[in-house]
Amino acid sequence: MSRESDAARTLRVRPYMVTGGRTRATADIALETMIHTSEDPVDRRLSTEEKKITKLCAEPLSVAEISAHMKLPLQVVKVLLSDLIDDGSVVTHAGVTDSGDRPDLALLERVLDGLQSL
Amino acid sequence: MSNPIPVKIVVAGGFAVGKTTLVGSISDIDPLTTEANMTKASEEVDNLGDAATTKAGTTVAMDFGRVGLGEDLVLYIFGTPGQNRFHFMWDELVRGAVGAVVLVDTDRLDECFPAVDYMERSGVPFVVAINAFGGVLRHHPDDVRTALDIPSHVPVFVTDARNKAAVRDAMVTLVRHAMTMASTPVA
Repeated sequence: MSRESDAARTLRVRPYMVTGGRTRATADIALETMIHTSEDPVDRRLSTEEKKITKLCAEPLSVAEISAHMKLPLQVVKVLLSDLIDDGSVVTHAGVTDSGDRPDLALLERVLDGLQSL
Repeated sequence: MSNPIPVKIVVAGGFAVGKTTLVGSISDIDPLTTEANMTKASEEVDNLGDAATTKAGTTVAMDFGRVGLGEDLVLYIFGTPGQNRFHFMWDELVRGAVGAVVLVDTDRLDECFPAVDYMERSGVPFVVAINAFGGVLRHHPDDVRTALDIPSHVPVFVTDARNKAAVRDAMVTLVRHAMTMASTPVA
């Protein structure tokens, strides 16, 4: 199937159809949480959207980027990701947001170094 | 770059103050847009039998960019939705963020009041960057500080949202300020 027809189909479907009507994600996922497809495929039939996510996240990608690329609202992406995280299809690499804490001094130092080398 | 650590900076300010321009100036990629729905009402129910509920909900779009910082860090820069009614999204945006750059247009100072108020209340490290449109600075940073009642420890400075070096310097100022705050016990 071509990419165009996939995209067209996504647009025709109401956003929450792809989540089976659920609106709440079970996992605590931040906008910038990095998602990475696991190397061991899961023994489950993935939906079209789930397949797209696992394809997109061959390289680590943030939740916000997944939402932008798939043209799906954040909440919808989070619900889809919850299932994929639960069954191990993808793994997450969170930043510092799990606890809602601010980045610590050591991390800030690295951000500063990185910015200054731009 | 197998498992980069994500960090986040928020760019806040009024409508059309240059937030997306600023993001685009420093981002490695063309700014992307993500949408969120206001879920206040729909959170009450897990199962939405009636699609009309979401149709009636408010959708808010946020532009963001991405900057690779060395091998193992990736910085995401999110522009906040301008209007007050989108504050529901701000809590999520600032959670775990390095801090916020509040972008100011001196011709429309009042438009940044909500952003300054929000950042002060939430305790997020923030700096105030005056966007000098077309290189013209109409008001001195000291005047802006007074007008906005910004505490003396919060940096207020001039930037140019179209200029990568200026934007990087604004981010550097924010990170330095966040470091000062992180090493100072909260009073």
